[in-house]
Amino acid sequence: MQISITINGETVTRDVEPRRLLVHFIREDAGLRGTHWGCDTSNCGACTVWLDGKPVKSCTVLAAQADGHEVKTVEGLETADGLDPIQQGFIECHGLQCGFCTPGMMMTGRALIDENPNPSDQEIREAISGQICRCTGYNNIVKAIRWAAEAEASSEVNA
Amino acid sequence: MTATNEVPVSAAGNPIGFGSMKRVEDQRFVRGQGNYVDDVNLPGMLHSAILRSPFAHARINAIDTSAAEALPGVVAVITGKTLEGIPRPSLLGDNFAWMPTLSYDTQAVLATDKVRFQGQEVAYVIATDRYIAKDALELIDVDYEPLEPVMDAKRAMDPDAPVIRDDKGQTDNSITDVHGHKTWEAGNAIGTSEAIEKARQDPDCVVVTQEIMYPRVHPSPMETCGSVAYMDKVTGQLTLYTTSQAPHAHRTVYAMVAGLPEHKIRVISPDIGGGFGNKVGVYPGYVLSIIGSIVTGKPVKWMEDRNENLVSTSFARDYHMTGTVAATKDGRILAVDVDVLADHGAFNGVAQPTNYPAGFFHIFTGSYDYPNAHCKVTPVYTNKAPGGVAYACSFRITEAVYLIERLVDCLAQELEMDPAELRLKNLIKPDQFPYTTPTGWVYDSGQYEKTMRVALDMVGYDDLRREQAEKRAKGEYMGIGISFFTEGVGAGPRKDMDILGLGMADGIELRVHPTGKGVLRLSVQSQGQGHETTYAQIVAHELGIPPEDIEVVHGDTDQTPFGLGTYGSRSTPVSGAAAAVVSRKVKEKARIIAATALECSPDDLEWELGRWHVKGDPERGKTIQEIALLAHGSLELPEGVEGHLEAMTVYNPPNLTYPYGCYICVVDVDPGTGQVKIRDFVAVDDCGTRINPMIVEGQVHGGLADGVGMALMELIAFDEDGNCLGGSFMDYLLPTAMECPEFRTGETVTPSPHHPIGAKGVGESATVGSPAAVVNAVVDAISPFGVRHADMPLTPANVWRAIQGRPVRVDMAVE
Repeated sequence: MQISITINGETVTRDVEPRRLLVHFIREDAGLRGTHWGCDTSNCGACTVWLDGKPVKSCTVLAAQADGHEVKTVEGLETADGLDPIQQGFIECHGLQCGFCTPGMMMTGRALIDENPNPSDQEIREAISGQICRCTGYNNIVKAIRWAAEAEASSEVNA
Repeated sequence: MTATNEVPVSAAGNPIGFGSMKRVEDQRFVRGQGNYVDDVNLPGMLHSAILRSPFAHARINAIDTSAAEALPGVVAVITGKTLEGIPRPSLLGDNFAWMPTLSYDTQAVLATDKVRFQGQEVAYVIATDRYIAKDALELIDVDYEPLEPVMDAKRAMDPDAPVIRDDKGQTDNSITDVHGHKTWEAGNAIGTSEAIEKARQDPDCVVVTQEIMYPRVHPSPMETCGSVAYMDKVTGQLTLYTTSQAPHAHRTVYAMVAGLPEHKIRVISPDIGGGFGNKVGVYPGYVLSIIGSIVTGKPVKWMEDRNENLVSTSFARDYHMTGTVAATKDGRILAVDVDVLADHGAFNGVAQPTNYPAGFFHIFTGSYDYPNAHCKVTPVYTNKAPGGVAYACSFRITEAVYLIERLVDCLAQELEMDPAELRLKNLIKPDQFPYTTPTGWVYDSGQYEKTMRVALDMVGYDDLRREQAEKRAKGEYMGIGISFFTEGVGAGPRKDMDILGLGMADGIELRVHPTGKGVLRLSVQSQGQGHETTYAQIVAHELGIPPEDIEVVHGDTDQTPFGLGTYGSRSTPVSGAAAAVVSRKVKEKARIIAATALECSPDDLEWELGRWHVKGDPERGKTIQEIALLAHGSLELPEGVEGHLEAMTVYNPPNLTYPYGCYICVVDVDPGTGQVKIRDFVAVDDCGTRINPMIVEGQVHGGLADGVGMALMELIAFDEDGNCLGGSFMDYLLPTAMECPEFRTGETVTPSPHHPIGAKGVGESATVGSPAAVVNAVVDAISPFGVRHADMPLTPANVWRAIQGRPVRVDMAVE
């Protein structure tokens, strides 16, 4: 079947099998390999992307379900103005080590801040509780998301 | 503490030396531009999938692949029979169906006679697409004849137990190491048993014995294992992109397995999505991708799914331990004796130094000073997946630390003594270093009591004990658990330590280009440790070249010198030392060149960071960048001095380094449900000099989460039929941000005296040290119910059963 998905503002049209997973469409058909696959069972969240602005686990969405919809991946975070604060936060706070879970964590963190510009640590922990990181013990991921929220808040104050 | 404030800062804002520099690697990772094995796509590449055994133990009568071969898109289907038909020009066997393990055993690449664990590789499909490859697996018909599986190491010892390794002509399930031993002992058997017997007779002494199991767990890096192989038939060149923590060692193993000339093999470990020991071994899947490329003439990709990763790749632990400690009633430890039954699975695939069949388990004497210790380890085959040394265990030190730290708490309970006081009474004193343990390790340095007091102060120990007493009076159960660990990391020296005959020493090469920028080529491989950052910092510290001016190259055997790779926390102790030594070689050469240019004797020069100058005349000098240009220029050099500014070295460590630490965990336990809530976790680590304190702390956080996971959640269990009950992340539970507390870290710094920059390894410290802190805290909480020990994982059900006095074997699905 032919489907079209707009990924980071660019429409990708391909003939795919109905069973094709969105994560494979993103990685192999659209060639955006920043989205990772880690578990098959929706437990690890390495594949988290946005579908119409909401984080979803792209290993549990069929590409066909995203036909005609908007997807945003890690590659869509950086703009002409530079890195998104969530990306900068992960660098500043050492929120990553091997980098494999990082794109998914950042997509969830970015969505949380959009919805709740001043999340508590507990709210951050709940937001990323559907995702697994084996390197950081989460301490610095929580700090990174908080850093991004605070950086954004202070830049809005200054603006 | 490294005086980070005194380190000069480069134009780019980085410390020219040690300090919490932001990581170079992060720039690509936060943009989604990492390059992991599954991101590698070569022109014309085929995909592949492995058919795995549903049975733990079964005879294979026949395999019919015809329907799979007929599926459009399938290029080839390979079975064990196919591999038996490919002759191998190798000393290690005459065909490809079997391969050597890292412990001188053999392992089936694809099963021929029997399957010996659930998930074992049975057939291999190569297809044009990953979906088609998986579809084809469904079409392969295997005629299995199920056999009784051996799922319990104790059952494996029974005389009437089914024999698993009949392929080797075995008549029982014992494992014989390369030296012909079926058990492995360390320490003083007679002295220890005499000391324990004497204590039994002495009214002023106690003897405590406890059975302690460290159940089977799995490292589960977020990226599973995989490879992309391409054999260029014209040039004979094999290129293998692979998830390997040890690319050079893997290259040599492939040369031995496949009989391919080693100079025609290039192993590339690109970005690795976590290793934790899971990516040390050579798996059948890697070998099959190579065979697949040889057969098809095309590049072939193999990527496991999560189930395959959990059921077939290197597990960890599965140690059934019985510890006995003798002590005086006032709390002086006299002797410890340990008996271990070690479940190695169906093939002895343990990745550890040849002369250490139980790894470094005999460091179980811990951080305490006592004269007598002995251990005996008996390994057996079972119908479980092979492996054994993985999950940040520092070669079985995790098991050893857990044993002694649990045993000390059991002793404290018996003596009705505070476990902190008992530890303080027995810790090795600073003036006893270097300290030789009863099992022969020589600890390099430590200030144990100081570190422990920092941890006790940070957590507010005395206040917590008062709070605990008040709560107990109200029927509330909180617990405080202490773990004081010492580990030995940084294998070799090469004379004592090798893997498959390859000595554990590592090469490194530093070239400074004419403009003073440089490239450092490492043998060790990062799986998230940040080598591209920290190794540049070591060169910066030694030579004064800003870290942003040093490119760190690793993970490609064509681009880097030989070495054994990253596991057992050996990168900093071995290759970190190598980086310092090679920089010092460059510095000495720079001195000769500077002296030539300044027309003085090298002895007249004095080093300041980044510059040689004339003693007493600091104005007359040459910076390392100026020297680099001179080295490549027309300056006439003294007789015997070659141009250019570069050096290489192979670092052979004189001893392990011995990082240590004190961890304290505070929990609240609901006695009605068995639910454990971690309220606080304090970790004070002493890993010597900290090159990048930010990275050290990050690694500690990660290891603490591992400890929380293993202590409370993680378990690879099996049912009686041999089914693995931890085959997905729905069943193998890893800690999330909700189970982990905000970890609090502290430090003391006692440099290693034999490491060039005083650093010790730290990557596994927290994984090694933390499980005992959590379990000790939980047992402390529920000790009013008469509980002295409960096996991990301390799930609500297991805690509740312990409180009820009805513990079960946690690793078996039986009541």
